[in-house]
Amino acid sequence: MTSTTDGERQAGNLILKLRGISKQFGAVTALEDIELEVHEGEVVALVGDNGAGKSTLIKVLAGVHHPTSGTIEYCGEPVALDSPGKALEMGIATVFQDLALCENLDVVANLFLGHEMNPWNLDEVQMEVRAWRLLRELAARIPSVREPIASLSGGQRQTVAIARSLLLDPKIIMLDEPTAALGVAQTAEVLNLIERVRERGHGVILISHNMEDVRAVADRIVVLRLGRNNGVFTADTSHQELVAAITGASENSVSRRMARKLEESEA
Amino acid sequence: MNTPNENLMLDRADTRVRHDEGIAGALRAFIDRVRSGDLGVLPVLVGLVLITLVFSSLNPVFLAPNNLVNLLFDAAAVGLISLGVVCVLLLGEIDLSIGSMSGLSSAIVGVLWVDSGMPLTLAIGGAVATGAVVGYVYAFLRNRFEMPSFVATLAGLLALLGMQLYLLGGTGSINLPYASGLVKFGQILIMPDWLSYALAVAPGAAMVFSGLRTMRRRSEAKLSSPGGSVLYAKAGLLTLALLIAAYYLNLGRGVPWMFGAFVLLVVVMDYLLTRTQWGRSMFAVGGNAEAARRSGINVRQIRMTAFVLCSSLAALGGVFAAARLASASQQAGTGDVNLNAIAAAVIGGTSLFGGRGSAWSALLGVLVIMAISNGLTLLNLSSSLRYMITGAVLAIAVIVDSLARRSRASHGRG
Repeated sequence: MTSTTDGERQAGNLILKLRGISKQFGAVTALEDIELEVHEGEVVALVGDNGAGKSTLIKVLAGVHHPTSGTIEYCGEPVALDSPGKALEMGIATVFQDLALCENLDVVANLFLGHEMNPWNLDEVQMEVRAWRLLRELAARIPSVREPIASLSGGQRQTVAIARSLLLDPKIIMLDEPTAALGVAQTAEVLNLIERVRERGHGVILISHNMEDVRAVADRIVVLRLGRNNGVFTADTSHQELVAAITGASENSVSRRMARKLEESEA
Repeated sequence: MNTPNENLMLDRADTRVRHDEGIAGALRAFIDRVRSGDLGVLPVLVGLVLITLVFSSLNPVFLAPNNLVNLLFDAAAVGLISLGVVCVLLLGEIDLSIGSMSGLSSAIVGVLWVDSGMPLTLAIGGAVATGAVVGYVYAFLRNRFEMPSFVATLAGLLALLGMQLYLLGGTGSINLPYASGLVKFGQILIMPDWLSYALAVAPGAAMVFSGLRTMRRRSEAKLSSPGGSVLYAKAGLLTLALLIAAYYLNLGRGVPWMFGAFVLLVVVMDYLLTRTQWGRSMFAVGGNAEAARRSGINVRQIRMTAFVLCSSLAALGGVFAAARLASASQQAGTGDVNLNAIAAAVIGGTSLFGGRGSAWSALLGVLVIMAISNGLTLLNLSSSLRYMITGAVLAIAVIVDSLARRSRASHGRG
């Protein structure tokens, strides 16, 4: 199943290409010589231990940090992402870990925040229609778009946050730990949502510590370790292989623990 | 998109949500909202009924038409100041110097117009511009140095009071000429009866007109509407209430122009807050400034507009107060003006915690506050007692606000 769809997805145009990206904070090298490609309609998972440089890389792409060296090619053109506003304008949207929604405003107001239709006489009807269309396209289960965000569950809030990033029709959306605080069913809903975002032809960069989630939706898994690329894998890769790539050795604390458990059960 | 939901209204596809239709539905939704702590205008209505019952039983003059006309004359100045306070409260900020600002503004008008002989419009313009500059300074301190607004404005309270005393100098007060338009505006100018009735009918008519237009557009867009019956019932009730009020006031002197001007500004502010991107940004910054910033809203600029509007409206309120008293004195803007204006906004339903409120809260709250103050004056109570009672009322209003906020949080309504 994955092999045929994978073949199709590879056909999607290359949107983003990072070459030799490095980022130094004083004496500390946070990123070194990073390569990353994202195509249309592709989910790229970015995994790595704490301090591997995932967040730094995301911030470089969101325009928060500027790389010390290296080039970013966007749609075939070399670009400089020098501010969050510019990244957003070019079509790179970020859904941050802490959701950044206004709890006192309703779903429509949050979706359109900062980009309201008709600024001097808000077009509530049109905004509501577009909100419903977007949520329906994502098959999102939001009971009412006129309820304040405060009354929604964690999964529904994540849905609203992702839907909001899609409103400006970005080419790439970056999700920072979208399932970190969610329950089983809500996680499944968000994963479904990510697949539907991919079907719409957006490129998705997904950061997660949850290997199960990553392997469930990712087309490619890019492993970072100590600020460097440490291999690109597919969803078929075994858990052990991924863990080995993340920790940098086949002999690691995770494997040692597994071996110990195995011994204990055999004994 | 070929789901069985295709024929349903866009916003009626989810069967888990109860949809309230018609007047009964609207009532049920209203009761639900109140239970969950979304009180709306309810505290104001309850408060006004209580106040009326208590004071009219103690002194029947309280309900006399001419006393109510006086009450409206008094309400306009504090109401204007309160309208500005609503703006800063929406952001979760506060301005404690509004009283001093209004006092300084009346002093500026007195000095420029009466002492220096400048044209009145220029003098008023100068006062309001001073307000704008003061608001800009507060916003600068808040944005640049992260100075909490209550500290910045507390400092401003003293500084502005000092400026007011300095301007008025040795004389201590400047009398405004009785024959002038400004003083007439503040003391005797009344709308003609026919205009007051027309203005009483206008809001209901506008409500029906815009409501029907929205309903048509919503049904074209396949969205549900609350239904015409609710709209007509609301508009009918409102028109009836306003007509009775206009009739009753016209039994006395009538509806003051000054109060009309205040209500007009409330309507303008309500439009700005609810129907424009700026207003939406105000609520967003008050609810979650970080989220607003990430959505591309210029939080500093929004803060700046709020502080400038607040101080400017306080300055204009000071001009109204000077017109009402026909003088610019050292006492102008001192005493309970600060507290009354802030209390009015909170009693009217604008939360001290930001992100919740409306322009109407200034109008409704100031009626409550002024009714209390007027009633206490009629009872011939000393100002010491009046201060204590007004302070207690503010405390109660803040407690109601806090409780409602907690209840909203536990009912998941933000």
